[in-house]
Amino acid sequence: MNVFAAIGRVTLGFFRETGRLSLFTADSVTGVVRPPVYWWLIAQQMMRIGYFSLPVVGLTAFFTGGVLALQIYNGASRYGAESFVPVVVLVGITRELGPVIAGLMVAGRVAAAIAAEIGTMRVTEQIDALTTLSTNPIKYLVVPRLIAAVISMPILVAIADSIGVFGGYIASTQSLGFNGSVYMNNTMNGLTFDDVSSGLIKAAVFGFIIALLGCYNGFNSKGGAQGVGAATTNAVVTSSILILAANYLLTNLLFTK
Amino acid sequence: MPAPGSVPKVELRGVKKRFGDKVVLDGLDLVLQPGHSLVVIGGSGTGKSVMIKCVLGILRPDAGQIFVDGQELTRLSGRARDEVLKKFAMLFQGAALFDSLPVWENVAFGLIQGRGVARAKAKDIAIQKLAKVGLGADVAMLSPAELSGGMQKRVGLARAIAADPDIIFFDEPTTGLDPIMADVINDLIISTVKDLGVTTLSITHDMVSARKISDHIAMLYKGKIVWAGPTAEIDHSDNPFVDQFIHGSAEGPIKMEVRA
Ligand SMILES: Nc1ncnc2c1ncn2[C@@H]1O[C@H](COP(=O)(O)OP(=O)(O)OP(=O)(O)O)[C@@H](O)[C@H]1O
Ligand SMILES: [Mg+2]
Repeated sequence: MNVFAAIGRVTLGFFRETGRLSLFTADSVTGVVRPPVYWWLIAQQMMRIGYFSLPVVGLTAFFTGGVLALQIYNGASRYGAESFVPVVVLVGITRELGPVIAGLMVAGRVAAAIAAEIGTMRVTEQIDALTTLSTNPIKYLVVPRLIAAVISMPILVAIADSIGVFGGYIASTQSLGFNGSVYMNNTMNGLTFDDVSSGLIKAAVFGFIIALLGCYNGFNSKGGAQGVGAATTNAVVTSSILILAANYLLTNLLFTK
Repeated sequence: MPAPGSVPKVELRGVKKRFGDKVVLDGLDLVLQPGHSLVVIGGSGTGKSVMIKCVLGILRPDAGQIFVDGQELTRLSGRARDEVLKKFAMLFQGAALFDSLPVWENVAFGLIQGRGVARAKAKDIAIQKLAKVGLGADVAMLSPAELSGGMQKRVGLARAIAADPDIIFFDEPTTGLDPIMADVINDLIISTVKDLGVTTLSITHDMVSARKISDHIAMLYKGKIVWAGPTAEIDHSDNPFVDQFIHGSAEGPIKMEVRA
């Protein structure tokens, strides 16, 4: 096996895949602005992407907020800075952990479900059938999911932020001996528009990534049940990695001025 | 140049399509005259489905031209192309019903999404079309997963005729059905075709079905049409490919590509 040939093949494969994903993205984004708009499908997808993700996202946010409070207390108490716990929990949750945890959980749930559903439609020729019935599959399948995810994720993250801060509050008042109203006061005083809004911008971007990669992998699955399985795994892995990479870029962009 | 009045419904000239290194269609020529029922026969994996998908605009041919009613489809784009594609309907190999929608919405899909017919009206039409393929209104509310293969094919047929197409494509309409159900589907195809006066292009490797539903037959082999003629002449075509295929013999010019 020639090492250079192998490297070349991998590199070419990478660029081919990137190119295809870019074309797919361009198609999908232009689909958003062209009529018709499938309102009912958007509403349906918001239920599936946003509403049904609430329990799992809420639970993870709650525990993450609690753990965050415990660990920050541990660190801060070495310098007698315990009073910073509420605001550090707030900043940590709203800027980073809220959007990232919600993004990863939704990637696991929703990107997988989208890829499996669209992949099955691909291998059973349902996507071809859409074309023969004068319906553009990108607009019928991809666009509603993209719009729904971009709208739902910020709402989901706003809720996750509140629950996460609440988790920190519970941990601090139950295990760390904080006074409840003092904790709440500190949190409210520390609350800034920028912290919250930057998290919500991230959430919208993550929603876009999740829906796009779910759809893309589903559209390109081939070869029966096994192909759909591979597409599903790929959708979760690639969207999770892209979420973490995008998070780094966005943090750079939003916070280093 | 075809004389006026004899413009073919669909014509393929030198159509080529390959996937990677694998050449599937290799300069395919085919003419489908208005009102004809043409069946294309050929072995598994010879590219019959790919050929139909090129005509339907699902796949783009690498080379060659496709004409529909004298208009070159391969040169059209945007709305003009959509208008031409609206003349087609398709019954897919596996029926390809939308499993997220009830049966009636499957049948009405092209009317509601493609042509903007109101849902209530589309539902009435769907129930009429279901009756045409021998299915009662009680089936309309079921989900496709609750139907047998034969019923799914019928619903697929109802969906194909719902928007009053000019040309219907049938991809292996009888494959995977028992002989009796296969014959029921054959009869349904014949009666709906007669009813609607449509032109049809079917692909199959079921010779019984091919003889029954066609008036013309063409044979696809190695990406080209190797024989075409009226169905009545298929038994004395003097073509070794056709003879081997209709007799289902392993001996002959067709070599199956058997790979381990
Ligand atoms: N989208 C695609 N990508 C890559 N290869 C494809 C694609 N579609 C079809 N092929 C290949 O093209 C060849 C012809 O496929 P096609 O489905 O047209 O066969 P067919 O004649 O319809 O066979 P069957 O009778 O089994 O349905 C096959 O070898 C198939 O693997
Ligand atoms: Mg086929």
